[in-house]
Amino acid sequence: MIRSELLEKLALENPDLKPDEIEKIVDLFFNQISQKLAEGGRVELRGFGAFSTRQRNPRMGRNPRTGESVEVPAKRVPYFKPGKEVRERLNRR
Amino acid sequence: MNFTSTLTRADLADTMNRQVGLSRADGAVMVESILDHMIEALVSGENVKISGFGTFVLRDKGERTGRNPKTGVEVPIAPRRVLTFRASQTMRDRIIAAG
Repeated sequence: MIRSELLEKLALENPDLKPDEIEKIVDLFFNQISQKLAEGGRVELRGFGAFSTRQRNPRMGRNPRTGESVEVPAKRVPYFKPGKEVRERLNRR
Repeated sequence: MNFTSTLTRADLADTMNRQVGLSRADGAVMVESILDHMIEALVSGENVKISGFGTFVLRDKGERTGRNPKTGVEVPIAPRRVLTFRASQTMRDRIIAAG
């Protein structure tokens, strides 16, 4: 499923909302999550999962084309831990 | 700004109330619908790709032998499906830029 398919499903369920309102709602939803992670916070959506960021130490990398050593700086990377309910539902046959 | 705070469903519903003018109750319903549609797609075996945000990717793990760390007894770990998230470059860049 891609973003536009999600918008379609929500539009079908909410005939009282205009397509651009649905689009704004979906954008707000995902933007808020990204924004909170950028601020250094976490996002907990029970039953779905939790988003957080993890610190990566600086390391020496290599340019695969030239073989040259380059320092990869320390950075924060996004992380998602699926909720228990979702993990279980994925394995229910 | 509180750097250790946690965003929840209620905060998301609140944003929809303030920025789209939905009632808090309707905002909460929208938050639930978005999550339900994503879960439904994943449970049916589809990956979920949200451009600008990231992709929720299903991975099938084969059976392997594990060990009970307490007793050392070998136990088979059944094949299972796991959910991973790959953040978009946009989100990664945004987090790196924020420091």
